[in-house]
Amino acid sequence: MRTRMQSWSLVVAASVFALPMLSWGQLTQYDLETRMGTESHVGNVTGHAKDAKTGYRRYCVGCHGPLGDGNGENFPWVDPKPRDFQLGIFKCRSTPTGTLPTDQDLFDTIGRGLDRSNMPQWNALSVQERADLVAWVKHFSPRFASDKPGTPIQIPPEPEVTADRIKAGRDVFARVQCWKCHGVLGQANGPSASTLQDDLGRPIAAFNFTDGSRPKCGSTDQDIFRIFMTGLDGTPMPSFADNIKPDEAWDLVFYLRALMPQKSKERDMAKQLGLKPVDMNAPAAQQ
Amino acid sequence: MRNRYNFAAVLSAVVLICCGALILGQKVNAAGEGKISGTVKFDGTAPHMKVIDMAKDPYCSKAHANDPGHLETYVVGANGGMANVVLYISDWTGSAPASTTVPVFDQKNCMYTPHVLALDTGQTFKVTTSDQTAHNIHPNPNPMTGNIPWNQSQPPGAPPVEKSWKAPEFIEVKCNIHPWMHGWHAVVKGPYATTDSSGNYTINNVPPGNHTVTAWQEAAGTQTQKVTVAAGTAGTANFTFKAK
Repeated sequence: MRTRMQSWSLVVAASVFALPMLSWGQLTQYDLETRMGTESHVGNVTGHAKDAKTGYRRYCVGCHGPLGDGNGENFPWVDPKPRDFQLGIFKCRSTPTGTLPTDQDLFDTIGRGLDRSNMPQWNALSVQERADLVAWVKHFSPRFASDKPGTPIQIPPEPEVTADRIKAGRDVFARVQCWKCHGVLGQANGPSASTLQDDLGRPIAAFNFTDGSRPKCGSTDQDIFRIFMTGLDGTPMPSFADNIKPDEAWDLVFYLRALMPQKSKERDMAKQLGLKPVDMNAPAAQQ
Repeated sequence: MRNRYNFAAVLSAVVLICCGALILGQKVNAAGEGKISGTVKFDGTAPHMKVIDMAKDPYCSKAHANDPGHLETYVVGANGGMANVVLYISDWTGSAPASTTVPVFDQKNCMYTPHVLALDTGQTFKVTTSDQTAHNIHPNPNPMTGNIPWNQSQPPGAPPVEKSWKAPEFIEVKCNIHPWMHGWHAVVKGPYATTDSSGNYTINNVPPGNHTVTAWQEAAGTQTQKVTVAAGTAGTANFTFKAK
């Protein structure tokens, strides 16, 4: 007859032998099942991970893969590579570098798409569908279960564009040395542009302000403000939050606008001023 | 049939004993001051330290005009002593912070000083810049460990960046603007030491008892040794890394 001790020991022995038999995929799958209750909150809408299963299979799995690791069937054919959601690192955030994005940030990225990549705009999906997908994206990373999103950076109201502000923006561009990668004219040909790599060691290009393409994380003035203040995590683009004051940041936004070929007040003003590009060889300005 | 049950019983007993030992091992006497010291040497011809071409940034190349910068993957001194090796107690179970100092990781002449910064888990450190050129400080830990990568710019005259790391890990630190800049944050648990240019080290604040000391070098890997520290005396652990 089995004693209680013997049956108990059988259970322990069985679990000791059974654990290594599970594959990594099965363990990840199990992990994901436990996070199926993940929610997202976008405005008044609450997204539920469990409701996004079919949507993800239909629209996202081809590139981002069933485990959300960016290793979908299309992985070899797309560049930039699909995001690995398991790492919980995102380019487009309103939160400081090294912190998680807000649900709204992820929602905006899904709707906006990423220019110069294979990620299209998903605005055709309903707000509820996109909110559900945000929850689904979050459920892939254990970080969303343990950490809170960072506190979004403050963006003061946009001031009036003036010639002085555009000039001051050029000085900021020179002082924090944006040109090291982006080039003095914003043509993505700075001295360090050719050796840039992302966090996974893959070559990556600096943003070219002059070829008419849109910044990856949005093209409104607020978006551009946010991009250089938060940095794009996972890429060489750092956060300048400690180095540029909010008011100066608006000056820089206006100067960057003047570099862009799209018709703008800033561009006309800079032309009228006859504004010259920054001098790479000038002695470094101090903060 | 009976034998099978016995086997299962023995196996589960072994598992339970192991778990018990792990739990009991947590109790380490916190009081008492001891030390572990020694030397880390390199056996064989010291690897060549390649000269870095800093032509990309005139400020950097000018700073190294008379004293070219070298890759610091291996730094071997006159008597074969290895610098930048991190020594720590790999079976540390104490919880008291090993040190309350705030170590500094400086960007000087487009190199990291020190090349390897050893840190306790949760210890605050400062990243500073002494250069008149912009750097971006970009550590790249594995987010699965609990350490989250970040990336901040430090233009000339920028204030120090203060941070800490949550989990033990050897973290590569890079500057994307100057691709040769490459350093390490060696995050460990408990007391630690880094070897000087002659390969000497001393780990302070070690409680008496049996310890496992691990030596970590960025390219040569790790080695471990058992050391016994008696109250009031210093334990000794010397390491030798062989040329590959």
